[in-house]
Order: sequence, then structure tokens, then C-alpha cells
Amino acid sequence: MLNYIFKRVLSVVPVLFLVSVFVFLMLRLTPGDPAAILAGDNATPETLDRIRDAMGLNEPLLTQYVKWIGGILRGDFGTSLISGVPVRDLVAQRVEPSISLAILTIIIAVLAAIPMGVIAAWKHRSWIDYLVMSFSVLGFSVPVFLVGYVLLLIFSVKLGWLPPQGFKPISAGLWPFLERAILPALTLASIYIALIARMTRAAMLDVLNEDYIRTARAKGAGERRILFVHALKNAAVPIATIVGAGFALLISGVVVTETIFNIPGIGRLTVDAVLARDYPVIQALILLTATLYVAINLLIDLSYSLFDPRIRY
Amino acid sequence: MTKMFALKTQVFASVLALAAGGALAETTVTAVMHSDLRVLDPVITTAHITRNHAYMIYDVLVAEDENADIKPQMADFTVSDDGLTYTFTLRDGLKFHDGAPVTGEDVVASLKRWGQRDTGGQMIMDVTASLEAPDEKTVVWTLSEAFGPFLETIGKQSALPPFIMPKRIAETPADQAIQEHIGSGPFRFVPEEFQPGVGATYVKNQDYLPRDEPGSGYAGGKVVNVDKVRWVTMSDSQTAVNALQSGDIDLIESMPVDLIPLLEGDDTVVVEKRAAYGFQTMGRMNFKHPPFDNPKIRRAALLAMSQEPVLAALTASPEFYKTCGAVFGCGTRLEDSTGAETLTGAGDPEAAKKLLEEAGYDGTPVVLMQPTEAPTLKAQPVVAAQQLRAAGFTVDMQPMDWQTLVTRRASMDAPANGGWNMFFTNWQISEIANPIINVMLNGRGDQAWFGWPDDPKIEELRKAFIAADTPEAQKEIAAQIQAHAMETVSYIPLGEYNFPQARRTVLTDMAPTPVPVFWGLTKTEE
Repeated sequence: MLNYIFKRVLSVVPVLFLVSVFVFLMLRLTPGDPAAILAGDNATPETLDRIRDAMGLNEPLLTQYVKWIGGILRGDFGTSLISGVPVRDLVAQRVEPSISLAILTIIIAVLAAIPMGVIAAWKHRSWIDYLVMSFSVLGFSVPVFLVGYVLLLIFSVKLGWLPPQGFKPISAGLWPFLERAILPALTLASIYIALIARMTRAAMLDVLNEDYIRTARAKGAGERRILFVHALKNAAVPIATIVGAGFALLISGVVVTETIFNIPGIGRLTVDAVLARDYPVIQALILLTATLYVAINLLIDLSYSLFDPRIRY
Repeated sequence: MTKMFALKTQVFASVLALAAGGALAETTVTAVMHSDLRVLDPVITTAHITRNHAYMIYDVLVAEDENADIKPQMADFTVSDDGLTYTFTLRDGLKFHDGAPVTGEDVVASLKRWGQRDTGGQMIMDVTASLEAPDEKTVVWTLSEAFGPFLETIGKQSALPPFIMPKRIAETPADQAIQEHIGSGPFRFVPEEFQPGVGATYVKNQDYLPRDEPGSGYAGGKVVNVDKVRWVTMSDSQTAVNALQSGDIDLIESMPVDLIPLLEGDDTVVVEKRAAYGFQTMGRMNFKHPPFDNPKIRRAALLAMSQEPVLAALTASPEFYKTCGAVFGCGTRLEDSTGAETLTGAGDPEAAKKLLEEAGYDGTPVVLMQPTEAPTLKAQPVVAAQQLRAAGFTVDMQPMDWQTLVTRRASMDAPANGGWNMFFTNWQISEIANPIINVMLNGRGDQAWFGWPDDPKIEELRKAFIAADTPEAQKEIAAQIQAHAMETVSYIPLGEYNFPQARRTVLTDMAPTPVPVFWGLTKTEE
């Protein structure tokens, strides 16, 4: 097991190296000039060139790349070309909102979706099943921005129960955190509930037809025990995969929800950095996202052995 | 009797304590500005949000009052009889946020750094014989030849006013951003609370000594009545409107016109035009490449266009725009609309067609760059393309993000090789209001602004403007520049617009300045 984890962690190194080269080249080859964004509308070409010089963007690509990688190996991700703030600080400020929102979303999604999927499979082809499946189709098809605006309209604008925007860290108290995070989390959860409920239902349907379920019933096990202990545990591998992949996506790719609810997360930082061609920030974010995906995939793989003791590493 | 006195004293003391308690409650104004603050150096960039930030924390030597007259701010000044020597005397009690007094040396260093970057500043530096601080309180600026609009240039409100910083910071090369943000202005910047793309915080500078005169424009006493100002970024306007209605924020600096109906009927919110002047939107052509290297074809393009449809597409409501053919803006001292009659009217596509024929236009496509993600810039190219096509131009409209556009417009290559023929942008009226600061009227070829017109005539007129010593003479030359700019089509002014602000009614006494300033205003607690 430890050996396996070690090997997997080691395999991250070439992945990240390739990502770094690819990102670096892609960014430099796309049109765009951070100096022009920095200097504003009436800068002359001569001024822009001097600013590019000061930013080190006029050096050969290889020199720039080596400097950047050298910095990272020393733990220095550089500074934002636009704001001059160290990239590490910029990213660190944005990680907490993203992670806490992702965790809350996944908790809501799992708590809602797994019972929904299990019950739908149990009451296969009944009205409950159709209801759950209709909700799933709806959750998939309605764009998140619409869900977000509708929730805002109801709970913030009309009823005035919850603040319409912003983020408070958990350290400011559970309720201040929840009252601002609950609507965006529900918005995001709408897709994940749909996704996880469908996946749970399908996996459960497979398992419920297995011989050992019939045996359990014959032994006189109660329905609840059959569903949640015997069947769900065996259906857990695909569910864990989808939950894990969803979590990674939630941290890096929820720009629309972050924008609607004004949450200072990683998604918006990425978009802002791309629009301003703030190279060091984009590069650091992509490396972070790649690392996150690799780590979460590893955790998902490891979790399989918890659900299915036959899987050994 | 003694008892009574004691009781009275107690009551009095309680009232005092209550009053003190009330005054101690912190007043915070939370505002969503037109853009997010990311660059903090007001010399390296002309971004309006950075200039607004600078007005919070820095002070200026002289400033425009509400009538656009230049008044003393940090310093009183005298001018020698020959108009060549300006002597500034710093007023008492000026202190930087780090506690150091403001000295003449700080002023000289700040002016020199500004003079490297600002167009007007560069022109003054070209005729500067000496700029020095003979003592702690005095700055003497001596010119080698008269510079008529000298005070207007150093007292201008936009885009790069000369803000005064400590010498050690002002000595940063003008191409590198400053790292410390210390001014002597009415607010202090809180670096720990600055998150680019999220928000910035300013607190009242308790040591600031406002001038005795009442506030007027950017001049007079800058009296701060709130403890804290917080700028927050909300990239979605709908979110900002919700936040304004719920009381999370107090002000939206620039309100999209199509969302105004959402605030109608809400008596806690006011939607209003803060300043009399707004923005000029305009189109600029590339003088280096066909077809717009031919003045007749440029003129045909001007004749093809009409401002009204462009403005309507940009702002959606006639309440917030007006047609204006003056390159120096309407309502300004130098306003003159000679030669722009077709622009402010319905255009003249027939005359344009005739002129195109005369010029032998061969159907060379006009590469028109359209920034798709900038709300105030994406409509103009679409309408202009339609108008140009109607007059017989072949138009190749290329959508791109603003960042790609600003990179591409710096390319002098032919349109087919990554160059361009035309793009659009917007200017605050004060940034185009005279021939010194209006960059589109620079005719120095490759040294000029994007589009690179080589126009010796306009350069001559600009020199004459600098040398003109009376306002009447300046206005006379400005009128000649207007006529010349329309004849050779230095650029195409497409009219003026002014987005309103939305504020909660608890916020009052905001100065009607184009740059939103946070001194003078008051906030009553709800």
C-alpha cells in the first residue's frame, strides 16, 4: 500500500513537468500583452516595450521558463505582473472560499443524492423512481446561473432571509459562513445531486439483482440493512469516483456561481488572470489544479479498497 | 441642592457618553466601482480605477474646482511676469501616512516621475529649464519657453494627475510599479486588506489637515466624514444591484442602464448622473495601411457614420447619451463642432459612396476589431460595420477579447499579417478636452498613438496652442484643430455617454465630480 502511494506520488512529477512546459508555451504563443493591460489606453509602443523589459518578458523563452521553474523549486511562484502581489498570497487568499464552498456542496449533494438514488433503485419503476429521475434530468438541463438567480430571487430578494452575495470564512462563525454559502452551495449541488443520484441508482440496480442480496433477504435481513449495508457498499466504487471528480471540478471550475454570488474563489481568479494575461498567476493556478486532480484521483483509488476489500494495492 | 447638582451632572455625563458612543460607531461606505483595482501605481497606468485609488490616498499640488479653474491644494503658487517661473509654497501641516513631513524634494521627485509618463508632463519637461526645491517648503519650476496650459496640465483630473509621493518611492523608475502606497491624502490605504480582484480598504487619515475653503470639485477642503471606505468587486451587475437593495453596499459607481428598472420603486435607492461630463466614444483608423492610408477614404468613412445609432446600441436609453461632434467634448471650454455635421446628423452614405468612387476604393476589406467581453466597447464596431457596409465598404469584423485587441493594435504590420484598420475606445471627457492631452491629435507618425498619423500641420497647431497666451487665442487655435481633425479624420468622435450611479439614500453630499471622490460625503446609519 505505502509502496503504491509512493509510486503514485512520484508519478506526479513528470505529469507536472509536462503540464508546466505545455502551459508556459501555450500562454506565450497566444496573443496578448500584460504590459498593455498594465499601462492603460494611452501608452505609446515605446513605453510598452520598456515595461515589458522591466517585466522580463523580452528575454528568450527558455530563460524565462528556467527562471520560473527555478523559482518554483525554491517555493517562489513569482509575483503577479499586474498587481505586483506575490502569486502565493493571491492564490492562498482564494483557496479557502473555494474549498469551503466545494465541501459544503459535496456534503449537501451526497446527503441528498445517495438516499434519492437508493430509494429510486429500491422502488424501481414506481412514481418515486420517476420523480427522482425527472429531478435528475432537470438538474442536468437547467443552467447553474438560472438556478442561482432563481434561488437569489426567492430567498434574498423576495423573502430577504439570506444575504445575496459575498463570503465569510468559517472562522467568523458557523452561521455567518452558512448564511452566505448556502445558496451558492445549493446552486452547485443541483447538478451534483442529479449526477450522483443517477449514478447511485444505476449502481444500486446492478447490485440489487445480485445473488447475495437474495441470500440476505432469505436470511431475513431488513430492507434498510439490505439497501444501505449490503447493496450500497458494493455500489460505492462508481459513486466515490463521481464524487471525487466532482470535488476537483468544484474547486477550480465554478466561475459562473462564484460570479453570481460574488465569492472570491479560484475560478474567478483564473478568469481574471487569463483576461489580463497575468502569466505567473495562470501558470501557478494550472499547476495547482493539475496537482489537485492527481491527488484526488489517488484518494479515490485508495478509497476503493475501503469499499471493496478485494481491491488491494 | 447638592443632590440635584449631582443628578444633573450624572445625566449630563450619560448624554455625553451616549454622544461619544455614537461618534465611536464606525461608519463604513461600501462601494462597487466600475472596475476592480489591480494596479496601485498611478504613474505606470492610465486605468481609471487606479487614478480613483490615487485620489483616495494621495494629494495634488493644484486641482480643478467645480468650474474647472485651477486652485491651490497642497501648495499656493505664484507665476513670474514672463510666465516662465512658477513658485509653489507647500502649506503647513502636510504629512505622509508614515508620519514624515511633505517636503519640496518629495514634490520634485514625484513631478519628475510623472513627467516621464504623462503626455502633457513630457511636453512640459521638454521645455523645463529647472525643477528644484530650494528649501523644505518651496518648489521652483522654471521653463525655457512659455507653456500656456501649464497649470491646467499639472492640475488636470485625468488620466495621470501628478500625485505627490515620498521621494524614496517616487524614485522608482517610471516603468516599474511602486511597491509602497503612502501618500499624504485624506485616506490611508490598508495593504493587508487589499485583494486584487476582490476588494480594497481605505481608512480616514486622522492627520490630514483639509484646506479652509469649502470643497469644490477636486479643490478646497477635503473633509472626510466616514471612517472607512471599502471598494468591492462584483463582476456581475445583477449581483451588485441585489447587494445594493439589501444594504450590503452603498454605491454602484457605474450602473448598467438596462438594470435601472430593477431599482424603480425602491425609495432607499437613488439612480442619478453624478457628474455633468461623461465619456466620449470614438473610432480610430490605421493611417499606415490601405484603405485608410488614403485621406479621401477616411473622409468617406466619416461621412458614412452617424452617432445616434452607435450611442443607442451602447447605452440603450437617450437619457444617458448625446450626440457631439467636438473632438474636445461638448460643454468644455474648447468645444467646437466644425466639420462634424454629418456625424451628429443622419450621416451621408451617398456622399460617402461618391467619395469612395473618386478615391478609387478597390474593395480592400476594412479589418475592424471588436472586443466581445467589454460591455462599453462591444456595440460600437457592430453598428459602425453596418454603416460602413451601407456606404460601400467591405468590412471584415473580427471578434476578440480586449486583451488581444490592445496587443494587436500595437502592431504596425499590414492587416493581413496581424495588423488592423480600425478599432474603438472611450475616453473620459477631461482626457480629451485639450490638444495637449488628447492623444488622438498627436501627429508624430510612429511616435504617435496607435494608428500613427504623420501630420505636421496638426503638430504645428499644437505648438501654437501651447504658445497661445490668452484663453481666446487658445480657443481660436482649438477651432482650427477641430476643423483639421475632421478634414483629415484624425479620428471619428462617436458621441458622448454618461452612465448613472446608484446609491442608497443613506449616502449624501457626494461631490458631482467625474472622478468619484469619497471626501465630503456623509453616511447616516440606517
